[in-house]
Amino acid sequence: MKMKKWISTGAPWMWLNAAAVSACLLLVGGLLLLITVRGVGHFWPAEVHEFFLETPSGDIQRVVGQIREEERVPMDRLSADDAAAIEEGSFVTRVLVKTGNRDVLGQDFRWVLQNQVIEQRTPLSMVVLEREEWGAFFGYVVGIKSAGELQQTRDVWGDFQRMLERVNDLREQAEELQQGEIGSINYRLERLRLEQRGMELAGEDDEQALAAIRQEREALQEEYRLLEEQLVDVYQEMQRDAVVMRTGSDSTTDRDLPLSTIIAAWKPNAMSLTTQLGHFFGQLGSFISDDPREANTEGGIFPAIYGTVLMVLLMTVFVTPFGVLAGVYLKEYARQGLLTRTIRIAVNNLAGVPSIVYGVFGLGFFVYTLGGSIDRLFFEAALPSPTFGTGGLFWASLTLALLTLPVVIVSTEEGLARIPRSIREGSLALGATQWETLWRTIVPMASPGIMTGLILAVARAAGEVAPLMLVGVVKLAPSLPLDGDYPFLHPERKFMHLGFHVYDVGFQSPNVEAARPLVYATALLLVIVILLLNIVAIQVRNNLREKYRGLES
Amino acid sequence: MTEQDQLEFTTAAQVAGDPAGQESTKPADPDAASGTVPTAVTVKDLNLYYGDVQALKDIQLEIPSKQVTAFIGPSGCGKSTLLRCFNRMNDLVDGCRIEGEIILEGRNIQKKKLDVAELRRQVGMVFQKPNPFPKSIYENVAYGLRIQGINRRRVLDETVEWALKGAALWEEVSHRLNEPAFGLSGGQQQRLVIARAIAVQPKVILLDEPCSALDPISTLKVEELINELKRDYTIIIVTHNMQQAARVSDRTAFMYLGELIEYGDTDQVFTNPRIKRTEDYITGRYG
Repeated sequence: MKMKKWISTGAPWMWLNAAAVSACLLLVGGLLLLITVRGVGHFWPAEVHEFFLETPSGDIQRVVGQIREEERVPMDRLSADDAAAIEEGSFVTRVLVKTGNRDVLGQDFRWVLQNQVIEQRTPLSMVVLEREEWGAFFGYVVGIKSAGELQQTRDVWGDFQRMLERVNDLREQAEELQQGEIGSINYRLERLRLEQRGMELAGEDDEQALAAIRQEREALQEEYRLLEEQLVDVYQEMQRDAVVMRTGSDSTTDRDLPLSTIIAAWKPNAMSLTTQLGHFFGQLGSFISDDPREANTEGGIFPAIYGTVLMVLLMTVFVTPFGVLAGVYLKEYARQGLLTRTIRIAVNNLAGVPSIVYGVFGLGFFVYTLGGSIDRLFFEAALPSPTFGTGGLFWASLTLALLTLPVVIVSTEEGLARIPRSIREGSLALGATQWETLWRTIVPMASPGIMTGLILAVARAAGEVAPLMLVGVVKLAPSLPLDGDYPFLHPERKFMHLGFHVYDVGFQSPNVEAARPLVYATALLLVIVILLLNIVAIQVRNNLREKYRGLES
Repeated sequence: MTEQDQLEFTTAAQVAGDPAGQESTKPADPDAASGTVPTAVTVKDLNLYYGDVQALKDIQLEIPSKQVTAFIGPSGCGKSTLLRCFNRMNDLVDGCRIEGEIILEGRNIQKKKLDVAELRRQVGMVFQKPNPFPKSIYENVAYGLRIQGINRRRVLDETVEWALKGAALWEEVSHRLNEPAFGLSGGQQQRLVIARAIAVQPKVILLDEPCSALDPISTLKVEELINELKRDYTIIIVTHNMQQAARVSDRTAFMYLGELIEYGDTDQVFTNPRIKRTEDYITGRYG
């Protein structure tokens, strides 16, 4: 009886609702927390431990590395040798150590059984090197070499840092030469080639024109030669210095590492909290602003962020006019009959079509049919290599615009439906035509609703990966789709995307285990990018809402 | 009797006591109206159907120029529908069919080919609830002009001031023309909407229960305004409030179930109705 009364008060439903909301919040919070911890933790300068192990056979082994995880396992999961040393049926703790030094050891990780550890320490002089290839390197700096000669110096670490700075400056120069100027010349040479080919196809290749092109090309090639010489010089300069690193306990394991292959060096065990923080933010910064290296498993993800944002913006530019015009037509002009209802149902159902289907459509229609025709008509000179007849930023944005079109149409219609009749009549009664009423009053008033649709569209488009794989996303794009070369925006270029990057690094990279933190970090960044795009859109909407406030009265 | 009704009675007395407002424009003979005062709108054999339902039955009406004509009657009698015929607002209603003629300035405005936007510039309309646009006060008044392509600042400034003065709102808003119209009170909003309507200088102004959403003081102001406006405009007002009709109008039409029951001088309709049903309604026996 009491129970019944309690139920009729509605309290249980309130609790149920609260529980559902809490569960949702927990899930979202947990997700964000997981990817943040896993992703961001990668950039923290973790301590490097040195383990001394006594193996069952009696040898003493030395293992150096960062602790990745720790677990307790039953003995039957160990190898026969390792298991022999422990009691029947008991458990043993083991730690996964990231040993780095892949060029020396052949692998990145190894398990260390806690019961075999004799000694474990974190030597202050331990150094971590971030390299261009082979992953991280752990060891001690023994000496530095310049032009092959071992340098006599008191402050080995300090000199090493200075030499590293110099090499990094040189590397920047080299990159600027290579990517910036030489890349630009290559681009211009390619355009010249296309121009000449175009002339040949059009039959306008008279001597004079060809000579002009030849002259221009020679000038460019001369410039190219000069730059190439400069580049070779820079590379030679970079090769000058090397560092001698000791990995084992004696000098037989010393290795010379040319500084040109080293990007950064730090002593994680000797860092204060402030230097740790500085290092952390430095690493985070270069992750956001650098290009990827080593099949995307190292370096930054700048081109992916750039590609994602640019694609979403272009998508918005395409979808807004189409969606708004279609929504306005359906709501305001079309006769509300069976046909309009059918169209509306069809539009709603389009939102439920799996995104990969849009990808297939984009590939078949946009890329092959439209792109192929555009190539034949306007880019004949470049054939047989396709310009628009292959996946690219333009087609990807257009495909996603199609994918998000239903959302925008529906929200436009709903926004229009919310405008009170009296406003419409007020405008018409003043002698405005329906067109004037719509564009001067009704559509601006419906704009917050339309913006809500756009917000949903942006969120969906930024997170979509499957269709993009078919229409223009690549693992590594050689150049950005918006750069300093005329005509600046290159909608035909392929581009990188954060969502695809997650997939690529996580599942397609040669060293999945080592790259896993990057997967989390990239996923986190994807979430942040979507969040930022949404915040901007929501701000715009709130401003509009403020402007047209008072409708409800 | 509520406070509002009391107040309305006092205002009615005031208005009735004003000799210039009522007596001078009103001919003594009910039928003389069409003779001495030129006719603004003529309605001939008007039938209106919503789908299969006939909403207006065979209406014959002559509305005098530069006077106030009131339509009264119980809810659903078709008075608003009739009002909306004068600026073709019924075009917006699906399935609405109209037969007959409405003649404004010598042309039948029911013709299909008529430029409706142009007609609506000549026949302004004010609705039951104030419906300012989500724009500034200034832009609300200038809206009709901008639609006509008038964008010259000086012309707009002058017209906005003139219209706001005409709607007796200038004093209250002249210092905040660029503030949003939603910041005004209900009564101010309604006068703003009237200013918006007269800014395009129409010939006829239709008022569809303009005071039903207003408090008594705002109602009084709007009624005073109507008295002012009839010097320059032909005004047709639909109202539920019989005291209001008595106060502001020169001629009154009583409608019932889509039919025009009685049409005559306001004094005559209210004091000496010729038809029993009018009397019943006016004395409050039904409605």
